[in-house]
Amino acid sequence: MERQDYERLRWRCIRRALLELDITLTRFLDDGFDQLTEEEQAAFVDLVALEDHDLWYLISGKEECNEDEARFVPVVEKLRKCSVRLAG
Amino acid sequence: MSIPVLKFDAVIVGAGGAGLRSAIQLSEAGLKTAVLSKVFPTRSHTVAAQGGVAASLGNSEEDHWHWHMYDTVKGSDWLGDQDAIEFMVRKANECVVELEHYGMPFDRTDDGKIYQRPFGGHMSNFGEKPVRRSCAAADRTGHAMLHAMYQRNVKANTQFFVEWMALDLIRDAEGHVVGVTAMEMETGQVVIFHTRATIFATGGAGRIFYSSTNAFINTGDGLGMAARAGIPLEDMEFWQFHPTGVAGAGVLITEGVRGEGGILRNANKERFMERYAPNAKDLASRDVVSRAMTTEINEGRGCGVNKDYVLLDITHLDPNTIMKRLPGIREIGLQFAGVDCIKEPLPVVPTCHYQMGGIPTHYSGRVVTPQNGDYNTVVPGFYAAGECACASVHGANRLGTNSLLDLLVFGKSAGDSAVEDLKAGKAHRELPKDAAEKSLSRISAIDNRKGGANVHETRLAMQRTMQNHAGVFRFGDLLKSGVEKILEVEKAARELEIKDKSMAWNTARTEALEMENLIEVAKATMLSAEARKESRGAHVRDDAPDTPEFPNGRNDAEWLKHTLFNPVDNSISYKPVNMQPLTVEPIALKTRSY
Repeated sequence: MERQDYERLRWRCIRRALLELDITLTRFLDDGFDQLTEEEQAAFVDLVALEDHDLWYLISGKEECNEDEARFVPVVEKLRKCSVRLAG
Repeated sequence: MSIPVLKFDAVIVGAGGAGLRSAIQLSEAGLKTAVLSKVFPTRSHTVAAQGGVAASLGNSEEDHWHWHMYDTVKGSDWLGDQDAIEFMVRKANECVVELEHYGMPFDRTDDGKIYQRPFGGHMSNFGEKPVRRSCAAADRTGHAMLHAMYQRNVKANTQFFVEWMALDLIRDAEGHVVGVTAMEMETGQVVIFHTRATIFATGGAGRIFYSSTNAFINTGDGLGMAARAGIPLEDMEFWQFHPTGVAGAGVLITEGVRGEGGILRNANKERFMERYAPNAKDLASRDVVSRAMTTEINEGRGCGVNKDYVLLDITHLDPNTIMKRLPGIREIGLQFAGVDCIKEPLPVVPTCHYQMGGIPTHYSGRVVTPQNGDYNTVVPGFYAAGECACASVHGANRLGTNSLLDLLVFGKSAGDSAVEDLKAGKAHRELPKDAAEKSLSRISAIDNRKGGANVHETRLAMQRTMQNHAGVFRFGDLLKSGVEKILEVEKAARELEIKDKSMAWNTARTEALEMENLIEVAKATMLSAEARKESRGAHVRDDAPDTPEFPNGRNDAEWLKHTLFNPVDNSISYKPVNMQPLTVEPIALKTRSY
């Protein structure tokens, strides 16, 4: 990803409406994002464009991706694992 | 260097609830209105507000604005201005109904009215029994509110400047506010917004504390800009705390955890609440629990390497009960503390939640400062609303659901006042020659400094100083040393250095600029808290205890007054509380007890 695109993405991850997302997404950018495939990175960009509550419910496991969001599934899985692993 | 100038009738800084509400008034009045926001409007922190908005609609049972007024004055521990409070509660119904017309999907009763639920501190008949006064949209009240108001603004042709950061207020030689400077993050370009009205709706600054429920965006930008422009900050010692946030993260753990049998323990595994509240123990009120936790930490019985948190233990509860009665708690523990609360206790600390003080305003939304003996001299061209402003309706302590009401009523009021002032027909005043100078030199200093302070480390030093010296329970000696420490941190914050010098999307630079705002708020808070030698509302001092002469440590004879912190010389002055409502008798002073 180009520097400018990454920095734009970073801003949109570290300044959310909900603290839970600020923390979770900051962690993922620092440890996890680099390991995504190009396709997954593109999915991540679209995923973080979701409204805050919707995104948080997906990451926290309160909700699952619907049929239209199938391409988010691998990224959401990694986000869930990253939050738990790094918190320890 | 030539700086582009964009001319608008009005600029609004911040696109949360207060900003969007005021923008509607201006745009619908046909005025050319710009709204600047660091993020897309529906990503403002208003989204996090779930409780609802208070209005005495009386849909579910009898209610009256006068009862709401009484609750708000009492909640404020009598520090709220009674004219502003009457204004707010009387405007509540109108503002909620307007929001309904904007398309806000409020929860409904069976007969189609707005459903209302009870909320702490809201009572009927002057404190008699709880009343259903809160109007909500499921658990997304703030979010739904922003959506409805954003759509209304789009329809009214409000011009949004998204991912722009306002940098400094522009005042001319006579002190009139004539606009702001702002930076477009995508390009790093600095631009002047030359206006006839400037409205700040920048939200709170909860990130000054180490443990805060506030999202990272709450960096007090409006307060920082006001302070740099020589405008005093009012009642900054008053911050609302919640007893149990996850240590190190700030994410809230609901009080229901203690309700279900959760026990607070110190480093010795002792159930310390037995000593502080032998009967209620862990179910004692918020302030008692927060004070006990702070005392344990201050006396060296905290946990962890820094001994700076206590434990909330539910390992003795049946895992099925935890999963059924406390949904989401296990996930919060796993995600933000790295702890499975079924097997291990959760690390918790009292956590900052809401800023009661701010930029001093009249209830019309006009910013006021003391001048020649008049405490409420209007700063021409300048307005503020929402958490960044201090009208003052929350006084020393805010009631739940009054914050969303605050941003609707005073957002609208600030917008109306600006429209009124602009319709009076004044043209744009001339920009000072050096209008952008302050902002440009701040940026250039950050970009070019060598051997300066690291932004992250400076922010952490500030947050730890605020948490340890001016937290939920305050001690005279700690406040004194806190003043020295925060002035030290301020020196570092004035000497920040960044490695990334690029123009586009330079988040390091943006965070450095945010830090320059945060430190203004932190300093105002610490110095104002040190100076107020009583306990009142959320400002509770160990050396101002509950005595028969001073119930709850409150000393009305000496301290029934608003603090004004002057950022130019770090001096403090005071102004009287307005005890005279608009149309009714004053709510007389009383001990605040529930």
